[in-house]
Amino acid sequence: MRAKKLSLTIAHRLAILAYIVFALFPLFWLLKVAVTPNDLLYSEGVRMWPSRATLEHFEFVIAHSAFPTFFRNSVIVSGSTAIAVTIIASLAGYALSRFSFRAKYWLIALMLITQMFPLVMLVAPIFKMLTPLGLTNSLAGLVIVYTAFNAPFATFLMQSFFDGIPKDLEEAAMIDGATQFKAFRQIILPLTLPGIAATLGFVFTAAWSELLFALMLISGNDAATFPVGLLSFVSKFSVDFGQMMAAGVLALIPACLFFLLIQRYLVQGLTAGAVKG
Amino acid sequence: MTPDVTSRSRAPLMRRLAIASEPYLYSAPAFFLIVAVMLVPLVLGISYAFRDVQLLNPFSGGFIGLDHFRTLSEDQAFLRALKNTLWWTGASVFFQFVFGLILALLLDKPFAGRGLVQALVFLPWAVPTFLAGLNWAWLFNPVIGPIPHWLYALGIFSEPNNILSDPHMAMWGPIIANVWWGIPFFAITMLAALQSIPRDLYEAAAIDGASGLQRFMSITLPFLAPTIAITVLLRTVWIANFADLIVVMTNGGPADRTQIVASYIFTQAFKRLDFGYASAIALVLLGLLLIYSMLIVLLRQTLLNKD
Repeated sequence: MRAKKLSLTIAHRLAILAYIVFALFPLFWLLKVAVTPNDLLYSEGVRMWPSRATLEHFEFVIAHSAFPTFFRNSVIVSGSTAIAVTIIASLAGYALSRFSFRAKYWLIALMLITQMFPLVMLVAPIFKMLTPLGLTNSLAGLVIVYTAFNAPFATFLMQSFFDGIPKDLEEAAMIDGATQFKAFRQIILPLTLPGIAATLGFVFTAAWSELLFALMLISGNDAATFPVGLLSFVSKFSVDFGQMMAAGVLALIPACLFFLLIQRYLVQGLTAGAVKG
Repeated sequence: MTPDVTSRSRAPLMRRLAIASEPYLYSAPAFFLIVAVMLVPLVLGISYAFRDVQLLNPFSGGFIGLDHFRTLSEDQAFLRALKNTLWWTGASVFFQFVFGLILALLLDKPFAGRGLVQALVFLPWAVPTFLAGLNWAWLFNPVIGPIPHWLYALGIFSEPNNILSDPHMAMWGPIIANVWWGIPFFAITMLAALQSIPRDLYEAAAIDGASGLQRFMSITLPFLAPTIAITVLLRTVWIANFADLIVVMTNGGPADRTQIVASYIFTQAFKRLDFGYASAIALVLLGLLLIYSMLIVLLRQTLLNKD
């Protein structure tokens, strides 16, 4: 019986190990090629670690390429989107959580519909709509589009955080003469700070990863976000693997930081929009 | 009239208006933004499907009725994309679900270092999809990636080729990348459902002498069933629409072998700038997804009526 239990434990740990290896191997390989000097890249083949490591690809990417611009653009777009969505979604999520009003079910229905249809449908019409407004090839255009795309899911997420806070708190404040908005701002919002951080994290990651609309709406290097810049780099200089992967590692850093930030809220976040990956 | 209502109606009109409009003020920014950036383009896109809208042709824009749909019914690339979508969605969802469920079951047992292990195995979900696609495309590339050489060493390939350029195998490339990227999603949702199962049920079953398999079949599965059903059904729609990995890894090639409907729409709009035709394809995809959703609702109704 003990031998059986021991072998079960070993099998369990081995299975876990297999998952870890599968999850991390591609990222490890990215890092490995990024630190391999060019002269060893082809000669050493599939060795697990190069005999000589270097940071020259990172230095080149940071000092002599357009990637810092792409990185800055992506930070601006993702950061502004995250802040705008969180403000809008806090307000709407609060309305859904605390009020019963006639249009409530229409609002929920509208937001659920936006989660069901393929967003790629909107690529062409949005391009046509933004062109006369001068919002193509601009970071502001991307922020507006991403803010709208992420608002429904973030609203449901914020609603779930507000639902977890007892109503008595605002009621007490309102008996003392505060308006509901004041109660919301001064009592409820500070209590939902962890939820606000989670929403910021989710939206930032989503905006950081978005590719198709960025490809369609951005054409020049000046307003290119990281995915657009990296893909155009790949199609133009598809032999500089070390530099491409160094750029890839750099793109991974903010995503990983925000992942750590939202890790505790993954379940709530993944089920809030119910369809959001 | 009850006294309460009389006292309320005595309050100043402005004040009552302010109270009644309060929820609308909170939700107005979200509402208008969603209508302007999602609903209006959606309606506009539907109208494009019946018009000749080409970006590079200033004389286009006229109403052409069902012409796009007639072209579409004879478009071999589109028919292939329909088949590929089924294949891509079915295989991706199946493997993500199976491996995600196994991972959730493994993580449900307490062990030392579980928090760290969770952070590591869920990390792929945090990787931006464009990077996940590029990363796997590089792993499959015989110049710098190890996978072709391993397959060659195992005798599966006669020479280290890139499966992304092999018409018969190419679809597996994006599918594997998608499975890698999507396992955490299923594992996280399943793990949450697993941890909400009351522990004393297992203890009672163990006292009654139920084996591990029996406990899994008669406690775990029935408890998980609703979560599994909802997650799989919603995820199916999401993955059917998920074109990023394919656009990054193969761009639909070789010879449209990996083109799914969503990536075909993007290719028509982005490469050929034929917005009318792209919107017609999108409308067909929307119709198919609607039919799928309705089937699900019907299925749910019949299942509920049975109980």
